[in-house]
Amino acid sequence: MTEPSAETPPVRMDLALPVADATVEAGLEIKVRSQWTYARMRFFRHKLALIGLAGLIIIFGAGIFANWVAPYSPTIDDLNHLLTGPTLAHKHFFGTDEIGRDYFSRVVWGIRTSLEVGVFVAVVSSILGLVIGAVAGYYGGLVDNILMRITDLFLTLPFLAILLTASALLGQGNQWRFSYILAALLWTGIARVIRGVFLSLREKEYVEAAKAAGAGDIRIMLRHMLPNTLGPVIVNGTLAVATAILIEAAASFLGFGIKPPTPSLGELTSEGQTNPQQWWLTVFPGLTIVLIVVCINFVGDGLRDALDPQQRRIRA
Amino acid sequence: MLTFIVRRILYSIPVLAVSSFLSFFFVSSAGNPVALLRGNPRISQNTIHNIIVQTHLNRSIPVRYWYWLEDVFTHKLGNSLITFQPIWPDITRTLGHTAQVIIISESLALILGVAVGIFSAIKQYSFFDYAFTSISFTGFAIPVFWFALLLQILFVDIYLHWNVRIFYTSGLNSPGQGTWSLDRLQHIGLPVIVLMTASFALYSRYMRASMLDVINSDYVRTARAKGVPEWRVITRHVCRNALIPIVTVSALNFGALLGGAIITETVFQLDGIGFYFIQKLQASDLYAVMAYLMVTAVLIIVFNLVADILYGVLDPRIRYD
Repeated sequence: MTEPSAETPPVRMDLALPVADATVEAGLEIKVRSQWTYARMRFFRHKLALIGLAGLIIIFGAGIFANWVAPYSPTIDDLNHLLTGPTLAHKHFFGTDEIGRDYFSRVVWGIRTSLEVGVFVAVVSSILGLVIGAVAGYYGGLVDNILMRITDLFLTLPFLAILLTASALLGQGNQWRFSYILAALLWTGIARVIRGVFLSLREKEYVEAAKAAGAGDIRIMLRHMLPNTLGPVIVNGTLAVATAILIEAAASFLGFGIKPPTPSLGELTSEGQTNPQQWWLTVFPGLTIVLIVVCINFVGDGLRDALDPQQRRIRA
Repeated sequence: MLTFIVRRILYSIPVLAVSSFLSFFFVSSAGNPVALLRGNPRISQNTIHNIIVQTHLNRSIPVRYWYWLEDVFTHKLGNSLITFQPIWPDITRTLGHTAQVIIISESLALILGVAVGIFSAIKQYSFFDYAFTSISFTGFAIPVFWFALLLQILFVDIYLHWNVRIFYTSGLNSPGQGTWSLDRLQHIGLPVIVLMTASFALYSRYMRASMLDVINSDYVRTARAKGVPEWRVITRHVCRNALIPIVTVSALNFGALLGGAIITETVFQLDGIGFYFIQKLQASDLYAVMAYLMVTAVLIIVFNLVADILYGVLDPRIRYD
């Protein structure tokens, strides 16, 4: 999911709403602001969201530039330093594991895996959920019925058990296979949110007006309704990154997610279980997961406040 | 009301049938239970062939599903394809242990969550409120397995350093101890704490939100205007109505709780149904995995139904017809 920014001309939100607000500023000059400008201003007012964003930039930045950030290769063993505690002396900031691999490097590469899984799952499940939810909410009838029955099926089975079973049978410990499985299980939540929004938008006057003007279904959905659902989609998509990272970590911890040699934060944590005396093996990967999730939740909160068009508190 | 319950139960039958068929199709087409036997040189081809014929593994999946379904109803979920032992005794034993852990942790989570939610709402924006808000937000962000692991490491360390045994960190009982003993409590103490934390975060947030919802409603203002003492307003007018959503939330939380049980029981090697599932999944014991999925599916459907019924009973505005 891309960040909403004023630089990229947005899918035109102003079509759906009355003329974009204008504020008188410093004398008589009138400045036209789009919805996205307001959203951005509200987002940057949200202190926790900014802290979260900064945290994410640092953590994910370390993951993206893992080649440069990590002092060692995540797979090379340093046989002189087995199970060494955190130390600055040999750049083993997070210590080493039982075959001497540098834990800081492994955590940094694990962040990259988590980031890839999280973003991939969020994007794929958002698109799936958006398309299916939109069709179900707009047309109702059979599609809607099928969607709701599928959701019923998902709701009757314990989510984690289904995921673990699917991953054990089809995942082969591969990062991308696991991501596809997770996305295939996560889209129903977003689809239901979008369905709800489309159900209520369908009855709006401007949709009726567009219909009267002769616009086709696809055009109405894409140009008139979709821009109004982008808020919930972006918020849900952001939070889905955190959900996916948490679930991936849990599955990998249990041994049914991503398997070594790919370093993943959940799998790293499980190495801590085999060496309970070496606290750093457990603490650092887990703490990284917590930090990532907290930051994403803050950003998601900020986005929710920023993208709700009902709110227009900013007078700046 | 009765028609509603009957209709819901009737509706859940096709849902269960479809979900069981889909899981069966999926599970059986992806795993081969005799692969392990084939790898064993002591078992002859003849024996394997007999096993395949006896368990209908040579038939198509819909036919196997039919045989499986027959087994489920006539032989209480049938036998394992790996160990050839009946599944039912394992399920009841492990489910009992899980129930013990879940009931204790949910009771504690509900009591604490409701109490904290009430006080946070009454003293909104106080230090107490902020403190518990931060605690529950951390509770949401901490992975269950990590929290369990930290507690395990902490109590292992306490034992190793000071030789004090507060909680055991794995297993269910020391030899010769019963279901309701101090020893059992020491074993399930940490799993209970782990499961409780996640639920507590959820319930305290919901309780706080629904309290605030009710506190600002008109009839509460009326009660205050009439001169009803504040504690009475809170206990009789606000709490009663604010508790209604908690009933639904806690019943719907059941599925997530089973997921949490899988992780917690695996970390603490507790002989519950979640750990049973993980072990069977590792052994690719297909029918045991199916048994777990079906038992939990029935439980989740029952809990959802109970939530709906209770909601109707507690909130007279809801009418089912």
